[in-house]
Amino acid sequence: MKSSLFGLAALAAIAALPLTAAAQKTTAEGIAEYRAMLADGNPAELYEAKGESLWKEARGPKKASLEKCDLGKGPGVVKGAFVELPRFFADTQRVQDLESRLLTCMEQLQGFNAGEIAKTRFGAGEQKTIESLVAYISGESRDLAFNVPQSHAKEKLMYEVGKKVFYLRGGPYDFSCASCHGEDNKRVRLQDLPNLTKQPGAGVGFGSWPAYRVSSGDLWSMQRRLNDCYRQQRFPFPGYASDATIALGVYMGVNSKAGVSIAPALKR
Amino acid sequence: MNKTHAKAALSAAGIAMTAALLASCATAPTPQQVDEATQQVLKSSFSEQGIAKMDRLAPDASNQACSEAAGKPLDEKLAKSIEEANMKTVKLPSDGKYLGSWAEGEKIAQNGRGLTWTDKPGEANGGSCYNCHQISKAELSFGSIGPSLYNYGKLRGVSDPASAESKPIVDYTWGKLWNAKAYNACSDMPRFGHAAILNEQQIRDVMALLLDPNSPVNK
Repeated sequence: MKSSLFGLAALAAIAALPLTAAAQKTTAEGIAEYRAMLADGNPAELYEAKGESLWKEARGPKKASLEKCDLGKGPGVVKGAFVELPRFFADTQRVQDLESRLLTCMEQLQGFNAGEIAKTRFGAGEQKTIESLVAYISGESRDLAFNVPQSHAKEKLMYEVGKKVFYLRGGPYDFSCASCHGEDNKRVRLQDLPNLTKQPGAGVGFGSWPAYRVSSGDLWSMQRRLNDCYRQQRFPFPGYASDATIALGVYMGVNSKAGVSIAPALKR
Repeated sequence: MNKTHAKAALSAAGIAMTAALLASCATAPTPQQVDEATQQVLKSSFSEQGIAKMDRLAPDASNQACSEAAGKPLDEKLAKSIEEANMKTVKLPSDGKYLGSWAEGEKIAQNGRGLTWTDKPGEANGGSCYNCHQISKAELSFGSIGPSLYNYGKLRGVSDPASAESKPIVDYTWGKLWNAKAYNACSDMPRFGHAAILNEQQIRDVMALLLDPNSPVNK
């Protein structure tokens, strides 16, 4: 705990450095530096610990834990599940990402109303539970390589849909995901933009979420990150755990193949 | 099942049948299946929020072609026809005055706000210019999606924007700000005038930032 507090103070100091210093190295180098500095004190660790106890705790109307939740590798198997999501699930007949799958488990095992949780704003109510759960589950795949499956026909279809959605230009600014994330070595302001169409950019970008986001002091899931992308794209509102966001997850996840997961990461 | 039979069955039973066929054989989906599934996914996934209505997902002809190209260059003929159609939308300044205040233009270039779920209708938007371009030398926090615009006017020999020899550059710059796709079919640049992101006076001010010899851009 002491080290995380020190880490946060150091991070604040770095954030306050004059731009002349920042300009001498790329943003990526700067970010890598403060990630290394905080390696022992990423506040995401607190979410991971909380997530592990939430996974095992009997909760919800059915007073059940999530220990029988199947994340794709069999009921209760958490290790290695994150780097193989999104994938097709036979029980729901859907391709699901981590968060849509958690909604299914919370509804089926614990008796929560998945629709209500999906409508809850980020960081509130059961969305806070999901933040901790995704930190725990992703942490159990740390340093493993992404291997998002493409063996089922629906997984293949979702990849192609994800690609279409990624390149879809719309809104008053004519932006698509590709406007920012379709080429190597681009920046918005000083922020480096990973090229999500291939490796290594896809692994770096997709593999960074969930992450503790210093600027908002919260753990952000991939769903929350995508929501903010769409806000900045000036698109209509993407539903939480909706198929468009899952399809993008398949597109980015498959493109990340062999990239190593560092989630839950630390972001500015 | 023979081909004709399969076709008839597909059109009759629609997407449910497509899904069943897809599940039973792990072959790659056809482009038509992908298009249908994408339309369904978009419809079920997005909803209007504030001023961001669902029509924002319906691409015009330019966006349609560029979305389908998925990052690859367009066929030359198609690109030309898109550029011509966009060129027709460019409106020149109503009073013939092309340049406003570069100081106001700098504020617009810095401002990345506007047209999101939480913005109100009728509010003045920013130009987000620094998100993608280097412009003034003093600003270090600039993006690189677009080319550097530092010394934009100077490099193009504009010493008096009102002169006859500067006219082609002045017209081009106005047109580019109004509708960038008039010059590059799949440009990443928003169509500031055409999409009513910036109003005529704001475009004059950004014009001054780029072309006024006294602007920090040309120092």
